[in-house]
Amino acid sequence: MLGYYLKLAWLSIKRNPILSALMVTAIALGIGASMTTLTVNYMMSNNPIPSKSDQLYYVQLDNWDPNDPFDEPNEPPDQVTFRDALNLLHANKAERQVAMAKTNFIVEPDNQEVKPFHARGRLTSKDFFPMFSVPFLYGQGWNQAADDNGDLVVVITKALNEKLFNGENSVGQSLRMQGEQYRIVGVMDTWEPTPHFYDVTNGAFGEQEDVYVPFILKRDLELPNSGNTNCWKTPEGDGFKAFLQSECVNYQFWAELPDNNAKDNYMSFLNSYVMEQKKLGRFPRPLNNRLSDVMEWMKKQGVVADDAKMMMYMSFMFLLVCLLNTIGLLLTKFVGKAGEIALRRAVGASRTQLYWQHLVETGLIGFAGGIFGLLLAWAGLAGVRHLYGDNLKPDLATLDMKLVLIGIALAVVSSMLAGLYPTWRACRIPPAGQLKTQ
Amino acid sequence: MKDFGPIIRALLRNKTGAMLIALQIAITMTIMVNAIHMIINRSELMARSSGLDEANQFVVAQYGYRDDFNEKYVVQTDLDHIRNMPGVVDAIQTNSVPMSNGGTSMGLQVEPGADKEGLGVAIYMADDHALNTYGVKLIAGENFDPTEVEFRDGNTREWPQRAIISKAMAEALFPDLSPQQVVNKTVYINRNEPITIAGIIDQLQAPWVGWDNVERTMITPIRTMYKFSRYLVRTEPGRRDEVLEAVKSYLESRDVGRMLFPIETISDVREQSYRDANAMQTILWVIISILLIVTALGIVGLVTFTINRRRRQIGTRRALGASRGDILKYFLLENFVITSAGLLLGIIGSIGLNIWLVDAFDLPRIGWIYLPVAMVVLWLVGQLAVYGPAAKASRISPAIATRNV
Repeated sequence: MLGYYLKLAWLSIKRNPILSALMVTAIALGIGASMTTLTVNYMMSNNPIPSKSDQLYYVQLDNWDPNDPFDEPNEPPDQVTFRDALNLLHANKAERQVAMAKTNFIVEPDNQEVKPFHARGRLTSKDFFPMFSVPFLYGQGWNQAADDNGDLVVVITKALNEKLFNGENSVGQSLRMQGEQYRIVGVMDTWEPTPHFYDVTNGAFGEQEDVYVPFILKRDLELPNSGNTNCWKTPEGDGFKAFLQSECVNYQFWAELPDNNAKDNYMSFLNSYVMEQKKLGRFPRPLNNRLSDVMEWMKKQGVVADDAKMMMYMSFMFLLVCLLNTIGLLLTKFVGKAGEIALRRAVGASRTQLYWQHLVETGLIGFAGGIFGLLLAWAGLAGVRHLYGDNLKPDLATLDMKLVLIGIALAVVSSMLAGLYPTWRACRIPPAGQLKTQ
Repeated sequence: MKDFGPIIRALLRNKTGAMLIALQIAITMTIMVNAIHMIINRSELMARSSGLDEANQFVVAQYGYRDDFNEKYVVQTDLDHIRNMPGVVDAIQTNSVPMSNGGTSMGLQVEPGADKEGLGVAIYMADDHALNTYGVKLIAGENFDPTEVEFRDGNTREWPQRAIISKAMAEALFPDLSPQQVVNKTVYINRNEPITIAGIIDQLQAPWVGWDNVERTMITPIRTMYKFSRYLVRTEPGRRDEVLEAVKSYLESRDVGRMLFPIETISDVREQSYRDANAMQTILWVIISILLIVTALGIVGLVTFTINRRRRQIGTRRALGASRGDILKYFLLENFVITSAGLLLGIIGSIGLNIWLVDAFDLPRIGWIYLPVAMVVLWLVGQLAVYGPAAKASRISPAIATRNV
């Protein structure tokens, strides 16, 4: 039956080429605009680590000013202090845990031909690699001893390995950064979680770091601060050590907690840790610790840009206008078909069959609109990438298979919905009256 | 006006088509008003002055990475040389520049004490050449003396004893005093460290263009030794690009253990800073334009449809003595009635959507002026869309009334 309906639909579309083209265009424009903005929103709200996003928790401790919360109404700071990060790391109370900060390096290649260049760095601890399922091309992350002793070891990205070692296995080689010789222990395979979830404070869609070194080197080598640093009171005393002991937040802490039980236990550990610290005269605010899993944290931090959301709502309203338009055009078209409908009814087609026939027809128009709409969305996304340039990671404005299917489904379903009323009206026509005027 | 009666009665007999158009108009107006509101909102942000002499400045960042990088010496010799280069007005070493979106902020308060409220202020660190390099005007007090410039590294906690603040910051700290009266007042940084206001400048933006208090800035007499710093260079009008090349080759020629980042003109910095706002404006303009076209085409389609259904009525009216003008007027008026109904709905929709946007995204409220403007535009679009099919209808021959009856 479907084959027959498709054939009838095709004949009907051919009979009214202009009207049909107008409908396809209207749907295509609506789908094009909606899919362009939907893609950006969808990619921004992507789950960067689906296999374990509900087991990874971002830790917030409220060490802020007793007179003034970090953020209204009573939000704790979005990062932790160096001393808390280190204490929590040493406490080792979670399945895995990682303390991190952003930093900068100047790499001085042995090859004199390559000029020293800037590399984005991440200070982190050994669990980073297994915890975030980082893929390795060569070698692996470092071990506990490297974290404890502050060994000069480094994990580099595939891109940096290409640049410095032509993509060959560089494990065991040395890398000179700011006057220190680091030993390469691992080369990552391509790994670009989007959003850059583990440090959204410093940009959810920023570029990936190039080099990863043990966290404790922050203290041992007095590495400079980078990224967002917030203080509510001045460090007590002079020097770098005083800064590390201060209430300034510049560090991120994640814990891997496989189930709710582990989460509850970790929360009580955090609470008792803060109570302990209160005895030292720290944490003047009431107990206010938080654990947020990956997606909760993305949401709290407003990772999906407001602009993107607003443009998406506007586009969906635009699609609505296009659909109203389609309803109007379908009405026009089906009224023109009154004679044919009456004839089919007279020779025995049931109303249900006629409904189906016309829904298939609108579905087909929707499908064509969807295909053209996706082409428009593809062009629209190219435009978006051009407009935003370096401010938008290209993969945030790229259609994937799932989005293509969503686009087509959206087009077909919405045009069939738009077809419901015109179909109902057309099929309600009593056959006799129409046949008489023929 | 006697025409309204038949038009309304005819519309009531065939509600669907009219309702569809009215709804389209309502939603179109809702989108249009709010989109244009956003566009204008962004334009206002972009039109703000940074306070700099933007067309004649560039900035270059450096990072000293080698042990033998002698920052004090390198910066002093660089500045001495650059300031004497032909075409250069002045130059400074600084931690940040307006619109760069990265910098330092602290709290200033009028009374000392941890429990007193502080006002956030962006801090620029530069020597006594700062005002001349930025291109800002001192409206009260005095500039720094070269001797009061202090050196600051990552572990320095104390701030210099004097600072120059922007007029907006002076007004925020001392709402009741004139700039002249604010000079020599004491404010407190780090809760209780006193700073004397040496002077007030007319205007200078903070580095963060998205900050609500972007006009609150302070210049402190500091030469930094953070290893990372920037030079801001101001040139004579029209000589920026030429000087930029000269400064670049001079800096590159010195092997002093530093890495230079690519030089950016302040125009580049502005473009980069407002690129998202610009992109959003373009996207919204595209949406509005296509939307208007789609709406107009929808009107054309539906009007053509109604006219085709009423060919005989039109012929009859013509046969009974209606002129072509009467027929044309009928359809134009009919569209006016439908559009007006849609616009009434559209006013409610526009305000409703705006209330939601204000609530959800902290967008400002729309000005009332948007509503009449959008209404006039949509009335015009409706009339233009109807004109073609209506003119065609007016040419229907009266004879058609006699056929097929």
